[in-house]
Amino acid sequence: MSALLSIQNMTHFFGGLKAVSEFSFDVPEGVIYGLIGPNGSGKTTTFNLITGIYNPTQGKILLDGKDITGQKPYKIVRSGIGRTFQNLRIFSSMSVLDNIRAAKQYRAKSGLLSSVMRLPGFMAEEKRIREESMNLLEVLHLADRADDAARNLPYGDLRRLEIARALATQPRLLLLDEPAAGMNPKEVQDLMKLVQRVRDEFKVTVFLIEHHMKVVMGICERVKVLDFGTTIAEGKPEDVGRDAKVLEAYLGRKGAAC
Amino acid sequence: MEYKPVLQTLKRIGSWIVFPLLSVGDIVGRKTGRNMPRLTLAALGIYLYIYVLGSTGVFNGYVMHIINLSLIYVALAASLNLINGITGQFSLGHMGFAAVGAYVSGTFTTLLFKLNPSVPGAYLVFVGAIVAGGVAAALMGVLIGFPSLRLKGDYLAIVTLGFGEIIRTILNNISYVGGPRGLLGIPKFSNFTIIFAAAFLTILVIRNLVHSSHGRAFLAIRENELAAELAGIDTTRYKVLSFAIGAGFAGVAGGLFAHLLQMAHPTQYGFMGSVMVLIMVYAGGVGSLTGSIIAAFSLTFLSEGLRGVLDGLGELTNLPLGDLRMVIYALLLILIMLFRTEGLMGNKESKLLMLPEDKR
Amino acid sequence: MGSIINAQQIINGLQLGSIYALIALGYTMVYGIVRLINFAHGDFYMIGAYAAYGAFFLFNAVLGGAGGPMAVATLLFAMLAGLSIAALTNRFAYRPLRYKPKLSSLITAIGVSMFIEYVFSATPFIGASFRAFPAIIPQSLFKIGSATVSNYVVIDLAVAGTLMIGLTVLVKWTKLGKAMRAVSQDKDAARLMGIDIEKVISATFMIGGAFAGAAGLLAGMTYPRIFPYMGILPGLKAFIAAVLGGIGNIPGAMLGAYIMGLAETFASAYNSLLGEGIAFAILILVLLVRPRGLLGEKTADKI
Repeated sequence: MSALLSIQNMTHFFGGLKAVSEFSFDVPEGVIYGLIGPNGSGKTTTFNLITGIYNPTQGKILLDGKDITGQKPYKIVRSGIGRTFQNLRIFSSMSVLDNIRAAKQYRAKSGLLSSVMRLPGFMAEEKRIREESMNLLEVLHLADRADDAARNLPYGDLRRLEIARALATQPRLLLLDEPAAGMNPKEVQDLMKLVQRVRDEFKVTVFLIEHHMKVVMGICERVKVLDFGTTIAEGKPEDVGRDAKVLEAYLGRKGAAC
Repeated sequence: MEYKPVLQTLKRIGSWIVFPLLSVGDIVGRKTGRNMPRLTLAALGIYLYIYVLGSTGVFNGYVMHIINLSLIYVALAASLNLINGITGQFSLGHMGFAAVGAYVSGTFTTLLFKLNPSVPGAYLVFVGAIVAGGVAAALMGVLIGFPSLRLKGDYLAIVTLGFGEIIRTILNNISYVGGPRGLLGIPKFSNFTIIFAAAFLTILVIRNLVHSSHGRAFLAIRENELAAELAGIDTTRYKVLSFAIGAGFAGVAGGLFAHLLQMAHPTQYGFMGSVMVLIMVYAGGVGSLTGSIIAAFSLTFLSEGLRGVLDGLGELTNLPLGDLRMVIYALLLILIMLFRTEGLMGNKESKLLMLPEDKR
Repeated sequence: MGSIINAQQIINGLQLGSIYALIALGYTMVYGIVRLINFAHGDFYMIGAYAAYGAFFLFNAVLGGAGGPMAVATLLFAMLAGLSIAALTNRFAYRPLRYKPKLSSLITAIGVSMFIEYVFSATPFIGASFRAFPAIIPQSLFKIGSATVSNYVVIDLAVAGTLMIGLTVLVKWTKLGKAMRAVSQDKDAARLMGIDIEKVISATFMIGGAFAGAAGLLAGMTYPRIFPYMGILPGLKAFIAAVLGGIGNIPGAMLGAYIMGLAETFASAYNSLLGEGIAFAILILVLLVRPRGLLGEKTADKI
């Protein structure tokens, strides 16, 4: 297995505060990879660095061997990384379908003029985008709500819609920022199945941040534990779960997390 | 006034022109599954209807003038709606773009017709001048779009306001275009036909744009800029594009305005002018073109009506009641914000301005 | 440039800067606490000027004669007028929109500003035309080196200086000041600490309004003519000064205002077009180069 995402020596400062420190790791292609750690340990910052929202003070980020460090977020997305957010960022007054179609914008070829004149080429492309988007909604069980305004969806559906939107950009690497946050046990179960299904059906590598130990232990094939911006353990979930340093950092200070 | 014959004429013209066109549009629309034929033929019907009423004298010159003004405001409000309502930016200097269009096209035609009063193809030259004014305004839109890349909400409002004021100050100080006296002696080329065409084109282009990948990029930026960027949308490009297109149409409207009033004056394009357009957008509904059309017409007619009433009362009582008009506008704006923040139409559209497959 | 930057211009610039500072403080405090650009703030200043105008003639008719105590009474009256209009605006226009989208408050502010201006110009006894402002205190001139200085300069600087020191004391050492700082940092946390947020916001508006009222009187006296739209440009420039200093930052607003006053005086001496446009040029420059202003703190959005 080759590394799809490779992070080399990444360091990031906020003002004088070191948020991430000399961080290096590889995410192999095709796995479900988990990043865990106590609050404030630099997990979301890592995602923000990978997706170009912040520029790392130091270090390199490679996607499939290609340097994407310091590129604008939309370019990074176009080169194959999709993500969701910890606190949902849905296009809430647009329809569910349009949430997906918006993420397909960058693949549309029709220019302004042909769009405005609604030429046959444009109409054909619109039809194709619509079909693709509906298929995606079908897979994520959202098709029957396609025409509803996104804001009218229940919370669990919104989480799925955000994953669908990330998939609509056709990523090779899917970053999920606490996908199980705020879910009940039943929804968590469904989510775990969904993530595995998404990985298999869309042939994506999944890299997720999660507090929910059950999710991490249940579906992640590799886990990395972060504290104060540095790695304290890495490996298979069952090994990491027994690591003394992890237990101290994660469970010892916070009490039982799950 | 004998309104019975007027009413009869209205009815007769309606049944001869508008209804056949509408039914043809309906049939073609149903056959092709598209809304464009319906929309175009409905617009043609409305155009012919007003045109016939105007040329037969049922609507006198004054009414036609107010209709022309309303249509110019339709273009201004719709183009501002693209920037503020659809893309979610906040421009307070929209009349600055209109000023660019008015002065560029006005200077051009004034100069040309001063040199040679019988220019061949005069009307085409005028249309060219209007387009040139629109292009100049669009370039200005690109320029002012750049600050929008780093600024949001209220800060952007102040910068665009500052931009409008800078334009006004510059115009005030260029004696070549009349300085504070304004640009006078612009030939009267604007008529109902071209103004209607421009307003319709503005609405059509923005409507079609909204229902395309480009339009979904605009909307996504309004909804959540960061998420839009992470959906692969080049937010920088689309924000500037929104300003450019909105400014371009405002420039065209400004050019038509100048050739309707036969003059352009810096104060017409100041902050208060921009606020008037803003009121139309927010009264009609943010993001709703239908709302912009309704608001542009009703507020222009209200404004003219109030002008007549208040000036009459003012003359009788010898009081400066003309300013009460603006008081009423200000109150209207405050009341809309306090009690119906989303405007008359919210972000709903008339069926004609939507796509048949979009149910919302 | 030697002829443009001289002692005389510096004095004029500081005088103008004092007036801007009093207006800018209201903008910056209100922005700091409710994140609203109060477009109507310039009109509070205009109302201060008209209140002083009215009060002067009233006091003169009732008590007779101009003099120090009467000038102080006029000043207090102008401040009271600014304070009242600010409190009313906050209560009836902004408070109902406190938890609605920010832009609706901004648009309402534009509406309030228009409303105040046009009500003034439509009121029969005020009207849209210019009015000459009376000499509340007789003007006297004296020389410092080559520069001619009016006693008005001294008054403007002294009044502005006193009020600014007073504000600094209030914000730093009183309970209200602490509450104001707490609310501007974090509204929800402040509420949990038992602070009555609406009271603090209202007090902030009142202080800002009173300062704008004082600025109105000083401006009326210094540049002796007043009209209903007199608040638009100084209001905008003072706002820009607040942005220059770092919006929400009190010392920043003072610094920005004096820089603005000086820059405008120098620019006008050079070229009148430049004088009119310099404020906006400064604004665009600041927002492009250093959007948080000279003394503003860097804030990061939570993602």
